[in-house]
Amino acid sequence: MSLTPAAVPGDPVPTEDPAAPGGPVPPGEPVLRMEAVRKSFGTSLVLRDVDLEVAPHTVTALIGASGSGKSTLLRCVNLLEEVDDGAIWLDGEEITDPRADADAVRRRIGVVFQAYNLFPHLTVLQNITLAPRRVHGLSRPEAEERARALLERLGLGAKADEYPDRLSGGQQQRAAIVRALAVRPRLLLLDEITAALDPELVGEVLGLVREVKDEGMTMVITTHEMVFAREVADQVCFLDAGVVLERGTPEEVFGNPGQERTRRFLRRFAEAGRL
Amino acid sequence: MTSHKTLTDEDGYVPSARRLARERHRRARARRATAIAAVSTLVTAAVLFLTITNSPGWDRTKETFFSAHYARVALPQVLEGLWLNLRLLAVCGAAVLAFGLLLAVARTLRGPVFFPVRALATAYADFFRGLPLIICLLMVVFGVPALRLQGVTTDPVLLGGGALVLTYSAYVAEVFRAGIESVHPSQLAAARSLGLTSGQALRFVVLPQAVRRVVPPLLNDLVSLQKDTGLVSIAGAVDAVYAAQIIASKDFNYTPYVVAGLVFVALTIPMTRLTDWVTARMDRRRAQGGIV
Repeated sequence: MSLTPAAVPGDPVPTEDPAAPGGPVPPGEPVLRMEAVRKSFGTSLVLRDVDLEVAPHTVTALIGASGSGKSTLLRCVNLLEEVDDGAIWLDGEEITDPRADADAVRRRIGVVFQAYNLFPHLTVLQNITLAPRRVHGLSRPEAEERARALLERLGLGAKADEYPDRLSGGQQQRAAIVRALAVRPRLLLLDEITAALDPELVGEVLGLVREVKDEGMTMVITTHEMVFAREVADQVCFLDAGVVLERGTPEEVFGNPGQERTRRFLRRFAEAGRL
Repeated sequence: MTSHKTLTDEDGYVPSARRLARERHRRARARRATAIAAVSTLVTAAVLFLTITNSPGWDRTKETFFSAHYARVALPQVLEGLWLNLRLLAVCGAAVLAFGLLLAVARTLRGPVFFPVRALATAYADFFRGLPLIICLLMVVFGVPALRLQGVTTDPVLLGGGALVLTYSAYVAEVFRAGIESVHPSQLAAARSLGLTSGQALRFVVLPQAVRRVVPPLLNDLVSLQKDTGLVSIAGAVDAVYAAQIIASKDFNYTPYVVAGLVFVALTIPMTRLTDWVTARMDRRRAQGGIV
């Protein structure tokens, strides 16, 4: 596989698909496809024959109780976990093939974690330019110019030279999203990105995700923010005990769930006034 | 990778052909890696062996440093001397840990009353970390008896051990202090807000976390101490090194030194592996709680 850096000039957040390093993507090919993915830790089965398709420029929301396998699913996509069985394709290329170059695959996938995971010894700008410079070979002025433009547009321009510790949780999380976007990924994975934030700060982070969606980014998110999932997602999957129990448009899953288990799960959010 | 057996569960799962092919590929790759490692090791060993044995002075060197005869003569005496090193290590190690911890705690005491304690502990650490161990040993081992004090020992083993404790406590105190300072202040705040006194907070909350964190660097210092027990030989205590020296200077053959060196290495290896194992285990535990 060729490792040409996805150095696409133009908008800081790509509105067009960057040329996939694996070669031209066949039309109609989903960005992400999972087939019968199975994953266990020791004797506990975390993902059981999970199928999933994510079309370009769409947002897929994974919902479900804690421990239902949502985060593990994302970790498998990013090759942080090795699947036991089944296969995952990114732009039609099988990334679960043991011959696949995991680093090259991860270069095309952006990830944002619940705990931000910004590097505390680097400023926001340095956090964002690290991968473009060291992995994608951009020159420092080029990487910084891009990063500053991106920060400016996403309302963090004034924080570029601050260290993460001096930022609020919401700002840190937004910076983490910008960091993931700076390498112009093909796919962005957001893992419970608002779970560690004050309700007040959740809004600003979700606002940023909305903007990123409007730019045409393909995303898979796990979340407990049902209102947000309903609004932003094109596809919603309800996971229960490692199985995709229910999937469809937000209207289908939230409006008319077919499974009793889904109804029970959603009722609890409705009772808490969060649906 | 987990085997199939642990995964066949109630839903009648049968591994797919894709999985079996993947595992075949991985096994083949592992076999290839092992083969490459074996060949590369053999070649490296052969090159080293041939380079050394073909060097012009090899025969002479072999006789002087690697004589089987002198090795046989030296080994029992070296091992006998080693017993002293081991006892020194056990006693000094315990003393160093206790004294080092005391010094570290002294340096973390807050409040103006404790200023002299803090200052002394700081000065101690500064002085003994800077003083070369060998000079400290010479001063203690020859200086103390020269004072001709009543009731103070002139036993080189005791004095040498004391010098080791003086120097190593300073190092170990700094390690402990780094551990204490690495415990987040919010832990102390939580403990104090439960009504624990500062002493109790230190003892029940801060120190247990601090000590756990510094176990790997502490073991590192103990490995180092283990070797440095050999330095008491300069005071005339018959340890493994001195035992080797006696034979070496009698027969002008350096093999006993090689034997003593190898014995120390053999002693250090289990300690080093233990350090690695403890470190790896702690990393694993931390990782489980940490990421994602």
